[in-house]
Amino acid sequence: MAKSIVQEFTKGLWDEIPPFRLVLGLCPTLAVTKTVENGIGMGLATTFVLVCSNILVSALRNMIPSKVRIACFIVVIATFVTVVELLMQAYTYPLFLKLGIFIPLIVVNCIVLGRAEAFAFKNPIAPSLADGLGIGVGFTIALAALGAIRELFGAGTILGINVFGPSFQPFNFMVEAPGAFVCLGLMLAVMNLAKK
Amino acid sequence: MGDYIVLAISCIFVNNILLGQFLGNCPFLGTSKKMETAVGMAMAVVFVLVMAGVITWILNTYFLVPFGIEYLRTIGFILVIAALVQFVEMFLKKSIPALYAGLGIFLPLITTNCAVMGVCLINVNEEYTFIQALVTSFSYAVGFGLALILFAGVRERILLARVPKPLQDTSIGLVTAGMLALVFYAFKGMV
Repeated sequence: MAKSIVQEFTKGLWDEIPPFRLVLGLCPTLAVTKTVENGIGMGLATTFVLVCSNILVSALRNMIPSKVRIACFIVVIATFVTVVELLMQAYTYPLFLKLGIFIPLIVVNCIVLGRAEAFAFKNPIAPSLADGLGIGVGFTIALAALGAIRELFGAGTILGINVFGPSFQPFNFMVEAPGAFVCLGLMLAVMNLAKK
Repeated sequence: MGDYIVLAISCIFVNNILLGQFLGNCPFLGTSKKMETAVGMAMAVVFVLVMAGVITWILNTYFLVPFGIEYLRTIGFILVIAALVQFVEMFLKKSIPALYAGLGIFLPLITTNCAVMGVCLINVNEEYTFIQALVTSFSYAVGFGLALILFAGVRERILLARVPKPLQDTSIGLVTAGMLALVFYAFKGMV
């Protein structure tokens, strides 16, 4: 039993890491990863919602009629998103402003709904928690990595610390919209290469 | 009138919802492999987005703000969108079966399309008037359809090309989307 919980956790870190293996949740991935800090903030907010909604959906799985399950999942998720929104507004206001509408949009992040439907609705609480945590941490790592690449080339910094020295010419393409798509596409290609 | 045209152009081209604002990218990549599905999805989005934009604006202005319960916005909006999609589906099935057959499976998918929810939130955050909200919702939806159909055309051609193995499918799709985004990026500064 203990072993399988570890497996549920670790599968989110490589085998099913979103948004690479599970191509879901692309919008926040592309939009907020201009910097590492934004990527990590978004990742952690999503992880919180993912873990809480997985636990609650799993706890209520025998009570929710399967016909209206999607509506129930959405209400559960929307509740936790509101919690995150209010918490971030209170404690990390600058980050809250930077992430903008992408915090309320966690509600329609297919990763969260996807895990509730595919995993939490069919499994007990402990594996659901591990699953949510694993996928969430995987998502955070992916966002941080993408943010690191874009910030490094687009602004010459990592977490705001200058890396290349003052004579560096920023490669603006990377922090703009087109760079986000190309960068994610190439990262996916590298991961496909590594899998073989 | 001129203001509305500028607003419309800025929503369709300059701040294109898919390629500039990064909203609704899951269906963008998911339904763009065939032209037919892309057109179906584009039509469904135009239909639902305009209705959702108007209804959430009314909900926000006449209900959430006067009662001081703006913190319920996220839950309220998503419930309105989910109910709307369900309602539209039932209505079309009964009264316009031809359109229902055309939109078919794309309607339920729209509930989790962040383009719809995103535009509703933008309308509220920017404090648009009713007409402005209507114009914005419609223009964003048209921009969504335009980008999706263009992208589907390009993707159908890519199927004929020899793509290196690691880059196949989603990967080359994203790189192509990047190139398309570069085209739309050229509109920046126009408005």
